Amino acid sequence: METIFSGITQGLQLFLSGDPELWKIIGVSAQVSGAALLISAIFGIPLGALLGLSRFPGRRMIQAFIYTGMGLPPVVVGLAVYLALSNNGLLGPLQQTWIPKLFTVEAMIAAQVVIATPLVIGYTMSAVGEVSPNLRLQVRSLGATRMQVLGVTLREARRGVLVALIGGLGSIISEVGAVQMVGGNIDGSTRVMTTAIMLETRRGNFELAIGLGIILLGIAFIINLSAAQLQGKGH
Amino acid sequence: MAPIYELSRVTRLYGSRRVVNIEALEIHPGEILAVVGPSGAGKSTLLRLLNFLEAPDGGIVRFHQQAMDYFHVPLQIQRSVTTVFQNPALLTASVVANLQFGLRLRGLKDGRKEVSQILDQLGLTHLKQAPADTLSGGEAQRVALARALVLNPEVLLLDEPTANLDPYNVELIESVIRELNSSHQVTMVLVTHNVFQARRLADRVALMLNGEIIEIADTQTFFEKPQDGRTHAFTRGEMVW
Repeated sequence: METIFSGITQGLQLFLSGDPELWKIIGVSAQVSGAALLISAIFGIPLGALLGLSRFPGRRMIQAFIYTGMGLPPVVVGLAVYLALSNNGLLGPLQQTWIPKLFTVEAMIAAQVVIATPLVIGYTMSAVGEVSPNLRLQVRSLGATRMQVLGVTLREARRGVLVALIGGLGSIISEVGAVQMVGGNIDGSTRVMTTAIMLETRRGNFELAIGLGIILLGIAFIINLSAAQLQGKGH
Repeated sequence: MAPIYELSRVTRLYGSRRVVNIEALEIHPGEILAVVGPSGAGKSTLLRLLNFLEAPDGGIVRFHQQAMDYFHVPLQIQRSVTTVFQNPALLTASVVANLQFGLRLRGLKDGRKEVSQILDQLGLTHLKQAPADTLSGGEAQRVALARALVLNPEVLLLDEPTANLDPYNVELIESVIRELNSSHQVTMVLVTHNVFQARRLADRVALMLNGEIIEIADTQTFFEKPQDGRTHAFTRGEMVW
């Protein structure tokens, strides 16, 4: 118990004192998860809207893939991205500048995009599906083009879309498996909060681990509180 | 004057069921045509065809003598027709934002004067900033009508616009329909269960049964000298199918 209390106290002190190591780790976490969420949103929101509103052969099959993707274990994603980016993998040997290298922030972003995108697509699909078909018909009747109908539907489903983004962020900010595998937890470059907590705990450096843990919990709490409030407003 | 709409052998199928099967129908500029008939007669489907929201499975629909390709309806034509549906589907926004919506779709930023006029005409000025989801059924239906009117459409399609409304709202909406028709010569197709409303508002009335137009005539003839026994029965309030 003493270790825990002392860890919490020292962790808070570390956080409040602006410890450079701690803040560097927080910065990398924000950079990786922020960029991954942005990319997931750019692809996931329009795709989710199209899948939610269109009817075409094979749609159910695609939906089943998306739902499966929503539950992908991060370590499996990490393994897949690792194998794809390694020198003997699918993309690694191509040596293209747009293909991220292993053990870089870009590789970590790629892994987190794979985790977050199905969640953003799936939640967006469900959110636009809840917008009344009568409203879409009415909007068309008022002279909207197909793109305008899509835009209005997304705007009407805005709370659900925000929940999709929050769900996506929640899933990547707290995952450890994928970023550990493709980032390598390199001090000062690819170390993020979750991998640092794991490492510092192993080292017995509980103050830093607890400090990071508190921040991560705080972020997770804010994310979930926002989601709950947005869903509440929807009803 | 040439008709606005000419329908020729128009059919619409839902699965194997033929919900619309119209041999011929003309709708003339500036008239109010009421389409009456029991539920499931195909009246609302007809309106969706006239608004180019659904494509017919057979036949030809001409709009201003131009045969319509429903998969490539010119935006200008699409925007000259609008529908007020039975259940007002309003955006999650204020009353005024709902009215400005159609104008913004058309890239028209300045519609303040028209919006104010129509809000006033429909007794909605005091609700201008109210969120749409706080309105009563009658208020919401008036907003839906106002939202269509502000666009100044050439053709206004009304699908049971006063169903389930109290007499005050019915009277208000009917007076706006009359005023709009007489002052702007807006062509209207009114779908209603209410034969009394059809008689009060329409220039011509059509009875629809099982997707077909059984009889169409000017209002006086339709009610006083109907040719078909089913029309006679329907106007007396009897069950027909």
